[in-house]
Amino acid sequence: MFKLLKNLIKDPMFVIGVVLFFGTIVAALIGPYIYTAAEEGLSYESPSSSYWLGTDNLGQDYVALLLQGLRNSLYVGFMAGIIATTVGTLVGLFGGFKGGIIDDILNMFTNLFIVIPSFVVLVLVSASWPEGRSLTLIAVLIGLTTWPWTARSVRAQAASLRSRDHISLARINGATNLQIIFKHILPYLASYVFMVFIMQVASGILSESAISMIGLGPIGEGSTSLGVILNTAKNNSAITYGYWWGIFPASIVITMIVFALYLLNNSMEGVFNPRLRK
Amino acid sequence: MSDIIFSAQNISKFFTQGKKTVRAVDDVSFDIADGEIVSIVGGSGCGKSVLAKIMLGLYHQDKGVFLYKGKPITNTREHWNEVQSVFQDPFGCFNQFFSIRAQLKDAFGILKNKPSKQEIEQRVDEALLAVNVKPSDIEGKYPFELSGGQMQRMLLARIFALKPKVLIADEPTSMVDACVRANILDYLMKLKVDLGMTIVFVTHDIGLAYYVSDRIFIMHEAKVVDQGKPEDVTQHPKSQQTVRLLEDIPDINREWIKK
Repeated sequence: MFKLLKNLIKDPMFVIGVVLFFGTIVAALIGPYIYTAAEEGLSYESPSSSYWLGTDNLGQDYVALLLQGLRNSLYVGFMAGIIATTVGTLVGLFGGFKGGIIDDILNMFTNLFIVIPSFVVLVLVSASWPEGRSLTLIAVLIGLTTWPWTARSVRAQAASLRSRDHISLARINGATNLQIIFKHILPYLASYVFMVFIMQVASGILSESAISMIGLGPIGEGSTSLGVILNTAKNNSAITYGYWWGIFPASIVITMIVFALYLLNNSMEGVFNPRLRK
Repeated sequence: MSDIIFSAQNISKFFTQGKKTVRAVDDVSFDIADGEIVSIVGGSGCGKSVLAKIMLGLYHQDKGVFLYKGKPITNTREHWNEVQSVFQDPFGCFNQFFSIRAQLKDAFGILKNKPSKQEIEQRVDEALLAVNVKPSDIEGKYPFELSGGQMQRMLLARIFALKPKVLIADEPTSMVDACVRANILDYLMKLKVDLGMTIVFVTHDIGLAYYVSDRIFIMHEAKVVDQGKPEDVTQHPKSQQTVRLLEDIPDINREWIKK
């Protein structure tokens, strides 16, 4: 374990990923308390010493909006990641371990969710919820539409572990199915599931941005996300009028978080997968 | 005559791979008496491990009747109270995420009358000493910290701790060196002599089987092609496969080795 951590710390990709990602987490968690938003100014004021990143259509300070948006986007990403990883891992573990008819049924559901375009489902369900679309609702919707790929890959690995001798030994030790799944299979997949979780968080953040960008994101007080910031800028033709500060900072923050998560995932794969180990 | 422990009447086991059906055990019949050491000998893929798993209750036969003490195996938990196993790959048998001692203690979970915590600790210590391992030597150790020989001894310690009536030893010597192999055979004999255990020894080595067994079954292409006392099987082989297995026993005096 210590050696693995040492290998990880030596990897520049991991270090950059950790610094970027924890930087955004710290900014999102304590930023809104440290940074006092400037008073409302004029619509789309350009960046200045009073408004570091300018103002939006309502004259609100963009830095404060970005900090709030970052916090909300991370909330949606993590929530969606936790839901998708939990559902996908459980479905994959049970299907792969049990085999037979249970696996067939779970596999059929997984394939059904894979062939239905998840973004279309997300758009349709969001559109049919004209009021009270909270951040949590969007996160749950994303989580419930993106679990199948996790289920599929976890299922394949659980099925290959099922026939191992340590599982047979656990059986003749009297372990129940649940004990076998959680004590004798899941630990072997933990590093993989963790990497999948990181990717699901990244995908959750991107999905939220995409759905908000087309105007079907969260609505209501305090639910400004990075995608909502982009949507507001788009609706007010920020690009046409050259208000670059309405688009670029939010886009860069989204890119940076997802990039950091991809770096973390890649560096972990290089350590956990012996074939990729340098 | 001793009591019959296992009785197989025309049992078969099939596996399907896509549209293909593979016969792993084909129309096999035998009886194993209480206290016997019976070796099932055969080459790779002959079906001996599948037959062992049927006896253990991990697989159920597709055809025929298989009885343990005159009754079909319906409750596997009860079956494992009395019938236990040592598997081939000592490294793959233990969960790498838990300490050896914790896993030896876990084994008591199968017993109907689970001993107290204190008695479990004591029985684990006694079992470790029975396979010549000081309990302090494995304290806090994980499976990946032990050698293949030590791991195989841990599997046998598990049997000494549980004291089942029947042991299915599925190629316990195939992945260890010659010295460890001799030790394992000693421990198997100890289990039979001290505890009166019935042992089914699965191996590809007819030479080993000759030394430890009361009876030998030769398996080839899913069938039992020869069976009898070790002397009868080795001196009067009834099948071509037995002859082939006997020819494959390494001979230290062979000409090509001397050169």
